[in-house]
Amino acid sequence: MSAHAAVFWLFAAITVGSAAVVVLAKSLIQSAFALLFTFFGVAGLYVLLGADFLAATQLLVYVGGILVLLLFGVMLTHKLYDLDLKSEMTRLLPAAIAALTLFFVLVRLAFGTRWASGPGRPLAPTTAAIGEAFLGSHLLPFEVASVLLLVALIGAAMIVRRRKDA
Amino acid sequence: MITLQHYLVVSAALFCLGILGVLTRRNAVHVLMGIELILNSANINLVAFSRFGRGDLGGQLFAVFVIVIAAAEVAVALAIVLTLYRLKRTPNLDEADILRG
Repeated sequence: MSAHAAVFWLFAAITVGSAAVVVLAKSLIQSAFALLFTFFGVAGLYVLLGADFLAATQLLVYVGGILVLLLFGVMLTHKLYDLDLKSEMTRLLPAAIAALTLFFVLVRLAFGTRWASGPGRPLAPTTAAIGEAFLGSHLLPFEVASVLLLVALIGAAMIVRRRKDA
Repeated sequence: MITLQHYLVVSAALFCLGILGVLTRRNAVHVLMGIELILNSANINLVAFSRFGRGDLGGQLFAVFVIVIAAAEVAVALAIVLTLYRLKRTPNLDEADILRG
């Protein structure tokens, strides 16, 4: 087994294992911290796939932004003396059957399909190429995404604002 | 030798765990965590196809947009959850039934 394969299995185990903890953990805080390891594992997989810019973005946006936001959500929607922060589960058996079935269908698809294989992307730095694509061939989606972020920002502030009449 | 299929299986596992979380959890913040897992699994697929496919950057560009939309989604969803909590004093989704006739 080469070093590349060993690192892949390590990151895959971290990702899937901590995702299982996210889903199955009793307490919300445990889930939030397991989600941290899932995001790290996915960033490691990006590095193995030669997506260096995406790996850095994953760490900055997911770990630095989204995870902190989710932790705020946990803290603000629970009473502070409620230390264990239990989160109930319902319908575990049918949901597990559905998820397992879906997993086997997806795995069969992954191995049963003849994917159009190409030369593949060499392991090279991508940041400059991505920057040029965003300001060149993909300028319109880039600008639309920035407007979307602005709208989300204003919308989120509008929704949580305390109204005078309420 | 790590092939495309390895990444597809990891992504499928992540996706199904996310689905399981969304289906079973009653806490709104926990459901959001499940949605984040699903978005991450889609991203792994996009980047893997970018690596093993034609060799252009299309998949990675898509993945950047997915991250942008995930950030916007979490911000708005948490605003909704906080408003719901202020209204109902609970993050439990089963009690968010004020639109029921």
